[in-house]
Amino acid sequence: MSQTQASSRTSLIVYGAILAIAVVQVVVAVTMGPSLWRMLLLAVIQGYLAVMFFMHLRDEKPSLRLALIPGTLFVLVMMNMIWADSFRLMVMKPFAK
Amino acid sequence: MSQADLAVEAVAVHSAGSHRSGAMEERPFAIPSSKLVMWLFIISDACTFGAMLFAYGYIRNSAADWPRVFEGASVWNSLLMTFILVTTSLTVLLAVKAAQSDDRAGAFRWTMITAAGGVVFMLLHIREWISLIHQGARMWQNPWGAPMFGAAFFSITGLHMAHVLGGAIALTVVGLSYKAGRYAARHIEIWALYWHFVDLVWMFVVPLVYLLNMKR
Repeated sequence: MSQTQASSRTSLIVYGAILAIAVVQVVVAVTMGPSLWRMLLLAVIQGYLAVMFFMHLRDEKPSLRLALIPGTLFVLVMMNMIWADSFRLMVMKPFAK
Repeated sequence: MSQADLAVEAVAVHSAGSHRSGAMEERPFAIPSSKLVMWLFIISDACTFGAMLFAYGYIRNSAADWPRVFEGASVWNSLLMTFILVTTSLTVLLAVKAAQSDDRAGAFRWTMITAAGGVVFMLLHIREWISLIHQGARMWQNPWGAPMFGAAFFSITGLHMAHVLGGAIALTVVGLSYKAGRYAARHIEIWALYWHFVDLVWMFVVPLVYLLNMKR
């Protein structure tokens, strides 16, 4: 099998996998309830497949992956500091027990 | 090889020669600088969408009466939109492959199919918006509960739709210019990268905005 054929086959498998996960997401949301963690986990798997295979980040130099991924994840993780204030608003007092 | 490709090749050869003489640095990460710029744009845009989704999570979490309005029809519509967008990710890959093998007609055809898919996606989304607006949803009020629901839904999906529109226009321009020989294969590759990112964002919008707000 040539490299082009193998690459097309991989793209088709990834395409099928992403669509299958989208269907699983809906089925899980309807049958088990749309839990945030379940939805997020499935979305992260879809995102990983898209970034690595469709955007070909896995074919780039490791230094590019190192330059892009940790920085972006750091910013997104730091955004989680809002939750404490969000919960405070629910009870209208700071960090209620 | 087209004139545009030859020009790129000439610049690469010139850069390599200059590097040997110590005049220029090596390409960072061994990719063209235009591709690196697109990657940098993508990570900054990922943080923008991330901030919007976090802001949505903040107001959703702190609202006691957050509405769950999406019925079966909306969920099926979102699944159909996912199917279209993910399929266009595949068609844009075919455009890149055709461009890399110097098949101008093929690359143009797949690029246009991708842009058309983007337009169909937008039409389906606008239909969803109209349906919500007819039910009484506005930016700052709605008949169901927390008034910020409309602001969160319309701003997140609106920003995504603006990206789809921008991508469809860019792909059309790049496809036409590539066919005319003004652009090289790497231009299609760079805009394909952007298109995949638009697809990636949608993978988070569907579960967090649609499925979490499903009627039960």
